[in-house]
Amino acid sequence: MDPLRQSASPCSSRPSSPKTPPCEMLGYVGIEAVLDQLKIKAMKMGFEFNIMVVGQSGLGKSTMLNTLFKSKVWKCTLPGLAMPTPQTLQLKSVTHVIEEKGVKLKLTVTDTPGFGDQINNDKCWNPILGYINEQYERYLQEEILITRQRHIPDTRVHCCVYFVPPTGHCLRPLDIEFLQRLCRTVNVVPVIARADSLTLEEREAFRRRIQHNLRTHCIEVYPQKCFDEDINDRILNSKIRDRIPFAVVGADRQHLVNGRCVLGRKTKWGIIEGQGRWTGPEVWLCLAVENMAHCEFPLLRDLLIRSHLQDLKDITHNVHYENYRVCRLNESHVLPHGPCWVNLAPTPPGPSVAPGPSKACTQAREDSDDN
Amino acid sequence: MLSPQTRLAPVSLHLLRSLSCLVKRVAEPEARTSAPRILLGLQHVVERGVAARVQAAGVSVALERVVSGPTATFAEGESCGLSPLTPAGGPHAIPPPTASARARRLTPLPGEANGPFQAGSHVALIKREGRRRGGSRCRCLRAGAGCWQSAAAREARGRRAGAGARARAGAAASVGGEHPGAAGVGAAAAMAVAVGRPSNEELRNLSLSGHVGFDSLPDQLVNKSTSQGFCFNILCVGETGIGKSTLMDTLFNTKFESDPATHNEPGVRLKARSYELQESNVRLKLTIVDTVGFGDQINKDDSYKPIVEYIDAQFEAYLQEELKIKRSLFNYHDTRIHACLYFIAPTGHSLKSLDLVTMKKLDSKVNIIPIIAKADTIAKNELHKFKSKIMSELVSNGVQIYQFPTDEETVAEINATMSVHLPFAVVGSTEEVKIGNKMAKARQYPWGVVQVENENHCDFVKLREMLIRVNMEDLREQTHTRHYELYRRCKLEEMGFKDTDPDSKPFSLQETYEAKRNEFLGELQKKEEEMRQMFVMRVKEKEAELKEAEKELHEKFDLLKRTHQEEKKKVEDKKKELEEEVNNFQKKKAAAQLLQSQAQQSGAQQTKKDKDKKNASFT
Repeated sequence: MDPLRQSASPCSSRPSSPKTPPCEMLGYVGIEAVLDQLKIKAMKMGFEFNIMVVGQSGLGKSTMLNTLFKSKVWKCTLPGLAMPTPQTLQLKSVTHVIEEKGVKLKLTVTDTPGFGDQINNDKCWNPILGYINEQYERYLQEEILITRQRHIPDTRVHCCVYFVPPTGHCLRPLDIEFLQRLCRTVNVVPVIARADSLTLEEREAFRRRIQHNLRTHCIEVYPQKCFDEDINDRILNSKIRDRIPFAVVGADRQHLVNGRCVLGRKTKWGIIEGQGRWTGPEVWLCLAVENMAHCEFPLLRDLLIRSHLQDLKDITHNVHYENYRVCRLNESHVLPHGPCWVNLAPTPPGPSVAPGPSKACTQAREDSDDN
Repeated sequence: MLSPQTRLAPVSLHLLRSLSCLVKRVAEPEARTSAPRILLGLQHVVERGVAARVQAAGVSVALERVVSGPTATFAEGESCGLSPLTPAGGPHAIPPPTASARARRLTPLPGEANGPFQAGSHVALIKREGRRRGGSRCRCLRAGAGCWQSAAAREARGRRAGAGARARAGAAASVGGEHPGAAGVGAAAAMAVAVGRPSNEELRNLSLSGHVGFDSLPDQLVNKSTSQGFCFNILCVGETGIGKSTLMDTLFNTKFESDPATHNEPGVRLKARSYELQESNVRLKLTIVDTVGFGDQINKDDSYKPIVEYIDAQFEAYLQEELKIKRSLFNYHDTRIHACLYFIAPTGHSLKSLDLVTMKKLDSKVNIIPIIAKADTIAKNELHKFKSKIMSELVSNGVQIYQFPTDEETVAEINATMSVHLPFAVVGSTEEVKIGNKMAKARQYPWGVVQVENENHCDFVKLREMLIRVNMEDLREQTHTRHYELYRRCKLEEMGFKDTDPDSKPFSLQETYEAKRNEFLGELQKKEEEMRQMFVMRVKEKEAELKEAEKELHEKFDLLKRTHQEEKKKVEDKKKELEEEVNNFQKKKAAAQLLQSQAQQSGAQQTKKDKDKKNASFT
């Protein structure tokens, strides 16, 4: 509380629209305290984040999730366990509440075992699209109720991490089909899985080829170029876009390397980290996951969690959900009753604001008709 | 080595408690003499445990070691599920596990022992207590020195957020910071074993074994909001000349240009003005709505109506935007009124009836904050009485004024103390007076100076605190979640939408909307038909009329033609006659001429003869 007038605080008048004239304030008022109020409110309410991982089995999706969130988010399937590969694509979700420094995060992870595992993978993306649209539908139904809740539970998928197998060549037709369909409905972040099977040069070449493929097929992955708000965003996001897809390695075991405990994978070959001597197969070496020289896992983690989590949620809410809503409210047939919205026929992904071939809507409609 | 899938069966709390106590006693050097008995005790307990179908490999292994090896094994601090019991209770880093120890690890995710978060000291063993359907109760048990009591105490206290034990586990994890030396919440409970079948509905608490980084989420959120800017709309209701504009100027430390209103307004009207303020990096779009002419009329029955209509109109605009198909809510300029400052005249007695009526109409639509204006005209003792009278009147009339929120710890205290002073008695001034050696906003009277920002003189500072610095966000939230929702509900119900139909099967808004739309379309079509028919009829009429007219015209034409013919004939007749006459005339003329010429000739002859005669006569 400042009882007396201070020197002119760093408040200025901005050029603004003609209807709202800017005003000079002659002293400190305390408007910026609203930021603290916001923070308190946000911490009290907690946050929600829903992430989906898509990829063939054995690419390390569950391990990656565990590494990302440094906890046992998902049980890893070890080889040899009598768990048959599912015949059809299933979607499994699990929800956890994790807390760090007072910030509570309700994390929902959706896994897709069975994706791309069959011999005929035609239309294997439909259940996934159906699931995503189902979540949008759920939110929409909650939103259009007369008496609605104070805080609508948000189960919409905020981010979909797509695991590209490290063939080293280019995107496969399955990848391209899937990415084309999904990039319009949800934020997709492609990653090169199991990148420890590629050398650095191979990684770069693979990455360039994938980027070229994405451009050719007009696939807009996150962060989308059209949603950059200002110059700072654009600069930051261009740097990220240059490195997409990240080459990641998931590891949830700790190993001792030179007296340090690192998260990584231990194998039996190659050059010892840091010593430059190869003393034979008894020596173990370790690929440290958090080491930027080894893999780009930190970049992925930073993107998903430390810097762009809120942005992911915002784009899902403001763009993808709105697109879905527009599409949904425009079609006046097939109206489900209230909460009984279970209608897993793949609803067409809406015509989106983002640039891209808009024939996906009609195409998907044809698909659903075919089904 | 345990694979991650191995499930730990529920271990009874009692068993573990006894185990830990016993183990503790064993570790103390003095107790070594009684070790055998204790060890025996342990074994006994273990057997009981085994009998109770405990498959906790970790526990049995620990006991194995206790029985076989020397007590030095404890000093090694093996990660066998029970941490080394250092008497100091300070952080004790787990030394890098050897290969053999790894085999006994409970989970493949040990904590970052030497990381920045001293996880080493706390090895938590999360056990599940079977409850109901193989339940979800987790307890984070720390078998460290002295941790038992605190853990239990913490559990007993229970914590916010989440239901029951879930919260406790999370809380115990989060309270890692309380334990001396342990920084970093997530890493505190290092050995987390999250087991159990993942199911869609179950919410479990996970403990983190490292710094993930989502604690920057509130900052991300705040950054986003800052870049978007904030909106705040204040409505000032009060009589003309009571000091509304001055107070706004004082509150925001600026001069909003406005001319003072006259007292001759025929009715109440609302004037809204928007301004953009910026302080450091926060942009605020402030809208101030003034009631012009409030309380000036002779008949004040309808004074409140324009105000209520204005508030409803803002809600309506937002609702329309929300119901649109293509909408853009995130950059919608929110004009809903967030706070209503009701200016009470400082009579010193009680509220006026106009005030009561208006406030009663507004209390369910907007957050009302009553303030006593021009408070420098009331003496201190009178002020106290005045305030209590006002509050009691408000309560007895059932007026719901805005309650400052007291559920959040950080602001509860200040809000509670401030609420006592409602309604705030404020003085507004934009002029500065020299007091001591500084300039301050004040009002100078012959008998003294009233300082605006002096808490002994008036409650201006309290108002500013409450309105701007502490509760701005809450005011906005209340407007959106309570008043707006109420308006929306009423409006939609009025339009005929329901959530459930008479059979109590849930309706969808869309269905009703569709039904109404079809109805409307049907009506439209009917109207269209009607109009079309009318049009056809009219066309026919017109056609008939036109035909009639045409016939008439034809007739007229015929008539005219005939007349014309007749005329023509007449004229021709006349012409003929005329010609005949002309001919006659010509004949006559010819004849006459002939005669004349003859006559002339004869005449000439005659004259010649005459002349000749004359001549002859002469001669």
